[in-house]
Amino acid sequence: MDLNHLFVITISAIFINNFVLNRFLGICPYIGVSKNMDSAVGMGMAVVFVMTLASMVTWLIYDFMLKPTTSNIFYIIFSAKEPPDLTYLKTIAFILVIASLVQFVEMVVQKVSPTLYKSLGIYLPLITTNCAILGVAFLNLDENFNFIESIVNGFAAGVGFTLALVLMAGIRERLELAPIPKPLRGVPIAFLMAGLMAIAFLGFSGLKL
Amino acid sequence: MSMMSEFSKGFYKENPVFKLVLGLCPTLAVSNSVQNAIGMGVAATFVLIMSNVIVSLIRKGVPKKIRIPIYIVVIATFVTIVDLVMAGFAPALHKSLGIFVPLIVVNCIILGRAEAFAGKNPVFYSFLDGLGMGLGFTFALTIISIVRELLGNGSLWGVPLMPPSFEPVLLLILPPGAFLTLGLFLGFFNWLDAKRDA
Repeated sequence: MDLNHLFVITISAIFINNFVLNRFLGICPYIGVSKNMDSAVGMGMAVVFVMTLASMVTWLIYDFMLKPTTSNIFYIIFSAKEPPDLTYLKTIAFILVIASLVQFVEMVVQKVSPTLYKSLGIYLPLITTNCAILGVAFLNLDENFNFIESIVNGFAAGVGFTLALVLMAGIRERLELAPIPKPLRGVPIAFLMAGLMAIAFLGFSGLKL
Repeated sequence: MSMMSEFSKGFYKENPVFKLVLGLCPTLAVSNSVQNAIGMGVAATFVLIMSNVIVSLIRKGVPKKIRIPIYIVVIATFVTIVDLVMAGFAPALHKSLGIFVPLIVVNCIILGRAEAFAGKNPVFYSFLDGLGMGLGFTFALTIISIVRELLGNGSLWGVPLMPPSFEPVLLLILPPGAFLTLGLFLGFFNWLDAKRDA
């Protein structure tokens, strides 16, 4: 495994193609959970965790259950004449896997570490409908990443999301005290801030890796 | 409950993007050209209507505890249909919308309407609700994309409209432009409401 290549994937997912500011994935939690720092950090941690797991699991599902190869599980079990092409089921399979994964993680965390559950617990159910998680699964497919690359991409994308979320929370805590015109208070000013942050992140697109 | 109000509330009073602030990821991502915006709007409207109708039809047989996974499977089925049909008949559009076609599954508007409306109301009303909300979503996407494409690229639906001396504001079709345009639109509608109430 080429470490250089993994480094490029990481930097690209965190800065150049930041999930929130460049790919527009996970905007709802970005605007909804960025009102204070503590919940932003909690949400960020939960997303990093679930995204890494989801990249891992969806890759395994796609390669061993949906893709028409000789290592397809259904091909082996039913000893069919040729490997079945089930890739058209990927949307349904991925969303179900991610929804059950989140539920499962919630139960495990609750059992194993009640303290962690207290800080992450309320964010986990919100994550099911976070398009960033399903998005990373589809992006891994589009980019033809292998198992390790998918995991690294999932982790880095989560870190990028957390970075944008925490930066935003820091700005919004200060905005509370700023004299903002009334119609722009709340969500509209958050979008304008996000626009300015996106301009800043646009600078990273000049990086040659 | 009048049929007309179920249909028309999605346009302004409960517009999913401007008023409920839902479904933001596709709104920001595909509003860089009018073609993309309308394509996404029509796809989402189809899924919204069909899932509302099916959810409303099965609402009496669905156990309350597992209703969300059931709704998600219904939605994902129609998204798969849209995905395959679009890939077959409009490959260029399918390519430029990219991963946002399968991501219609997690568009909060659709699950939100299934949960808040279709799961409790009869089929015909759910159909009207889906149609109204879908058109409201398309309407919001279209006006955002008109601003972005006209100022950012000097064209509408790919047709150049601006005089040659016009210098396109490239920023608007880049990602930051999406945030700025939507933020200003939200502020504008807040201002309009405050003015009307006063």
